[in-house]
Amino acid sequence: MKIVVLAKEVPDTYGQRTLNLETGLAERDSSDKVMDEVSERALEVAISYAAEHPGTEVVLLGAGPESAAVTLRKGLAAGADSAVHVLDAGLLGADTVLTAQVLAAAVARGHYDLVIAGNSSTDGGAGVVHAMIAEILELPQLTNLNSVAITDAEVSGERAIDGGTVQASASLPAVISVTEQLPDLRFANFKGIMAAKKKPLETLTLEELAVEPNDPEAARSIMIAAGERPARSSGTVIIDEGDAGEQLAAFLVQNRLA
Amino acid sequence: MTTYPDDAILVLVETNHLGEVHPSTAGLLGAAAQIGTPVALLLAGPGYGQAAAEKAASLGARQVLQYEDESYFKQITVPGLDALSSAAELVKPQAILISHTVDGREIAGRYAVRSRSALAVDAVGVSRDAEGVVAHHSVYGGSYNVDSAATFGAPIITVRAGAVEERAEAQPLELEVLEVTGSGKPVAIISAVNDAPATSSRPELRGAAKVVAGGRGLGSVEQFVLVDQLADALGAAVGASRAAVDAGFVPQSSQIGQTGVSVSPQLYIALGISGAIQHRAGMQTAKTIVAINKDKEAPIFEIADFGVVGDVFTVVPQLISALEQRKG
Repeated sequence: MKIVVLAKEVPDTYGQRTLNLETGLAERDSSDKVMDEVSERALEVAISYAAEHPGTEVVLLGAGPESAAVTLRKGLAAGADSAVHVLDAGLLGADTVLTAQVLAAAVARGHYDLVIAGNSSTDGGAGVVHAMIAEILELPQLTNLNSVAITDAEVSGERAIDGGTVQASASLPAVISVTEQLPDLRFANFKGIMAAKKKPLETLTLEELAVEPNDPEAARSIMIAAGERPARSSGTVIIDEGDAGEQLAAFLVQNRLA
Repeated sequence: MTTYPDDAILVLVETNHLGEVHPSTAGLLGAAAQIGTPVALLLAGPGYGQAAAEKAASLGARQVLQYEDESYFKQITVPGLDALSSAAELVKPQAILISHTVDGREIAGRYAVRSRSALAVDAVGVSRDAEGVVAHHSVYGGSYNVDSAATFGAPIITVRAGAVEERAEAQPLELEVLEVTGSGKPVAIISAVNDAPATSSRPELRGAAKVVAGGRGLGSVEQFVLVDQLADALGAAVGASRAAVDAGFVPQSSQIGQTGVSVSPQLYIALGISGAIQHRAGMQTAKTIVAINKDKEAPIFEIADFGVVGDVFTVVPQLISALEQRKG
């Protein structure tokens, strides 16, 4: 079985994340970069399957600036066998459609049995790229999974939807995505970190993937304005002297909120 | 042959397996009416189409294209996607609005690829300028407001549930059954649909107008009931901070914040929540924020419209009884 895990590098949510108001692009230097937590959980699904099924190959795939290679190395240290990094200036400001085209082209090149992604990134929150890859590659899409069971021929699990869950399955090859319900990525031990230095990390350009970022036939979503939201100012803060519940009830009623 | 208005905005209306239209539908049709004439594509299981179509018309759909098919609850995304492809070809809309639900956004994404259209995700509003339809977004946990537009063509826009307040006027039902050409794309098969455990009649967290959320300060699963009680007194949904989820007080589906659900309610009440940056990212677009916490240094007070430094176990019961007295 050959599994590819999509790994997205995101600004650390534990820090302040900033947008450049002139370009509308993320200020990549203003915050620490980490592998998205839900991408890590996707990797854990692949690594734990590989641990029990000898002969499984786990490849990490990420598109992003040079710093993304550091994130990919961390994934190699945790247990992925190799990594592919799509690095190209044409990706700057890429929308979800272009991102999916690029990742799909890289996936097609590797002939994988299973594509595993996180359900939705903590920065963009789009939650669409994996589904787009399924559309482009004509693969079944089984996304937003709270649980995953993989066999040689099939993948199945519980899919979370708004207001409930469904049980579903797809034959391989397929694209799946996982939710925060799945376990965290294991910690890389010293042996893993040392081994990661020798594992292959391939870098690809858009030209090598035959993706044209400025295709005049394809509409793109572009940012036309960006502004910082005025910081919320604090209102009234009272210290409870025995009647705070009463005062709060009055506030809610006065503002027609109760 | 039915004709469609030049300024048609195609709105995808999702229903559940009980035939109920998704709660975000009123806001989606309301948003569509701001920028054109709402035409609904209704996706429903067999037997549920008529009632759901009436509901869509009452929420402002000028015309309803109905796709009623068993496959909608047997297969993931592809039936809805193929129906959208057929509907868009028929209506030739100026924009397509879809709720940013799991199913909705995946249909939107795949259709954008299929039709080579621009996709704008998780919009909190839409408008028009001289060039066409513009989507408004609130990003990085509400720290920035961003506008986006398509380089050309009709944009596909997913809209965050609960973010749009505008409502469209009710319309008489004008129903047409949609003929769908199946794409034959490989598809994942649904073997069972599980209801969410019906523990109460509380509104769903995503899209709720009022939210009461509890944090680690509640102390235990038993004491978290206080959050439920206040939520019931206000007709609010129940949410939680990550700390409360990690402590096992509530399931992960209640988690509000960076890695959980984002909410934009009219009223947000935080009980025993300190207000870590990740939590604030999921709720700071709420219109009114109320916080009760015994730690007067808690960062949640920096963004609260009304803050109470005090013990939730004394303040909240008093609040509930005061609210009940006013009702009585």
